[in-house]
Amino acid sequence: MHICRSEHKVLIQGITGKQGTFWTERMQEYGTGVMGGVNPKKAGTQHCGVPVYATAVDAMQDGGFDASVMFIPPLGMKAAALDAIEAGAKLIVCLTEHVPVQDVMYVMAAAKEAGTTIIGPNTAGTVTVGECFLGFMPAFNERIFQPGNVGVISRSGSLATLMCQNITAAGFGIKAFLGIGGDPIIGTTTLDALKALDQFEGVEAIAMVGEIGGSMEEAAAEYAATMDKPIAAFIAGGAAPPGKKMGHAGAIVMGDKGTYASKKSALEAAGVNVLATPSHVGDALREAMAA
Amino acid sequence: MNFEEYAAKPVLAAAGITVPASELATTPIEAADAAGRIGGCVIKAQVPTGKRGKAGGIQLADTPDEAKAHAEKIIGMEIGGHVVEKVLVEAKSDIKREFYAAILNDPETKGPVVMFSTEGGMDIEEIAAETPDKLKTAAVDIRKGFSVEQAKALIAGLDLDGAEAGVAETLAKLYDAYAANDAELLEINPLIVTGSGDVVALDCKFVMDDSGIKRQPDLAPKGTPDKLTELETVGEGHGIKYIELDGNVIVLANGAGLTMTTMDVVRHYGGKPANFCEIGGEAYTKGKQALEMVLGKPGVKSLVVNFCGAFARCDVMMGGLLEAWDEVQPDIPVFFSIAGTGDEEAIKMLKDKLGLDPLPNMDAACKAAADAANGSAAVAADAN
Repeated sequence: MHICRSEHKVLIQGITGKQGTFWTERMQEYGTGVMGGVNPKKAGTQHCGVPVYATAVDAMQDGGFDASVMFIPPLGMKAAALDAIEAGAKLIVCLTEHVPVQDVMYVMAAAKEAGTTIIGPNTAGTVTVGECFLGFMPAFNERIFQPGNVGVISRSGSLATLMCQNITAAGFGIKAFLGIGGDPIIGTTTLDALKALDQFEGVEAIAMVGEIGGSMEEAAAEYAATMDKPIAAFIAGGAAPPGKKMGHAGAIVMGDKGTYASKKSALEAAGVNVLATPSHVGDALREAMAA
Repeated sequence: MNFEEYAAKPVLAAAGITVPASELATTPIEAADAAGRIGGCVIKAQVPTGKRGKAGGIQLADTPDEAKAHAEKIIGMEIGGHVVEKVLVEAKSDIKREFYAAILNDPETKGPVVMFSTEGGMDIEEIAAETPDKLKTAAVDIRKGFSVEQAKALIAGLDLDGAEAGVAETLAKLYDAYAANDAELLEINPLIVTGSGDVVALDCKFVMDDSGIKRQPDLAPKGTPDKLTELETVGEGHGIKYIELDGNVIVLANGAGLTMTTMDVVRHYGGKPANFCEIGGEAYTKGKQALEMVLGKPGVKSLVVNFCGAFARCDVMMGGLLEAWDEVQPDIPVFFSIAGTGDEEAIKMLKDKLGLDPLPNMDAACKAAADAANGSAAVAADAN
């Protein structure tokens, strides 16, 4: 499960914190089916009008939930995610940045075995326009999100906001947004997100926002070549100076993938329209939809 | 964060991997003294970069006098942009075979990968390109770890001159060291077999996951932080990611992706970014410190502020910027693009305080800033 629907029940781990509270209220106003939250110290109380549980396992036994959204500090992420996995979550959205990578890998291994989908870490979340959102995207902002038929994928939340605004300003609308996260190791890759949106009813075109580093865009390009739906992509970091060098052995996994040029050429070879700046997305969609 | 050889090898030793006797020296006299105690030795430049041997930073010395002479040349030498300040004086080894061993975080399998090759001593890129068949890899379930038995399976079939058991044990210990120290890369190259059959780590590269630093309070201070400019150090102090570049258009945005993109678009319109500065995520309340910092770079000509609020609310970021405005008094043209969470409030604050409107989109703001910096004064005046 990658895309949350209005009928899904959602648990908020870390609901009582400042950000947890602020964004839970926004999610509830928008239509997300928040069934409860987790904070062991406040178990048995109510917060944002829903029950607070000691663990995700308790929440599953009581009201049951499909997806969990985690507002959890970096060093608490592993235990919280394992709790949600043990509870039987179908989907976990991990917003936290700076989670130690070995903790992330531990969670990924457990999630794979249990059949739980992880989105993130370090993601702004997902939006199913007009139905619900998970995380901290400005889904409720009408200048950013209007209903429509474009699917949007991004590693970065801020860049996704920009891209969605450009799509909306150009007169198009968005069906669903999947923020996959900016960390080097993430649960849902560009390819996973592309497949999910390709198969999601009502998505007619895709806008993909990538960044330099890693090889996810290249992997997605192979699938993109087999798709009928048009794709417009923007890859951030073309003007970035050569950053931190990849670790010696890391280079072997990356090969020559990871550069702006590599991503651009892989995507273009797959028939993807690679945009010079994010503002070109409207023209690209207009052209693709007319064809 | 990188650890230089002298700081990385104790990590191996603590896990039970054999490393040669060594002492750290910061002067030629210290190197000579150390050589007197150690005997025949190797003088090795300590810098957080590879290619030390090719640069002349690794030399053999049989006597303290030779050690002193080599240390005199190596200390002060520049290797890969780093000036050598220390040398490791290490006991000479009797090398029979040179292997390669490493553990790293692999985005493809989303877990650790153990790598071993019988072709050690050269760059892993070369090993992978020239003798891929000799490179053995094993994906590890991080919940279970990596045992001696798994290591034996990995190297099965390779001719290691009778050092199979020692290599397998070393690989398992290397994994333990990786797991205990939040490594994202822990590499031994070369891992040698000596004439007497001992398995010894002759070099070590250790990169700690930056997100693991907080829970490694004993080890982390021994790492070598990235070399920062004066302003970058200020940024680090504020918890703001700031990277100084050579252009003159200041970029201030939220989120790594948007900040990179703002740089891309400034460049697309012919401008040269002066910096990368992002105040998204947890830094979104630090607009004041950020503005003071970015304006501190000499020679800047214009500023583009690009906010796309998601988690980072535009109104909070704008509040911080405007708070600093009176104190800092920017005397260069400033162009805004504002969208997302809190945008309407932020736009109103900008209007009320400075009488400015944001440009209709990011391209317009970046283009205006690029033009202003390139001397199209008329454009700047109009926009303001």
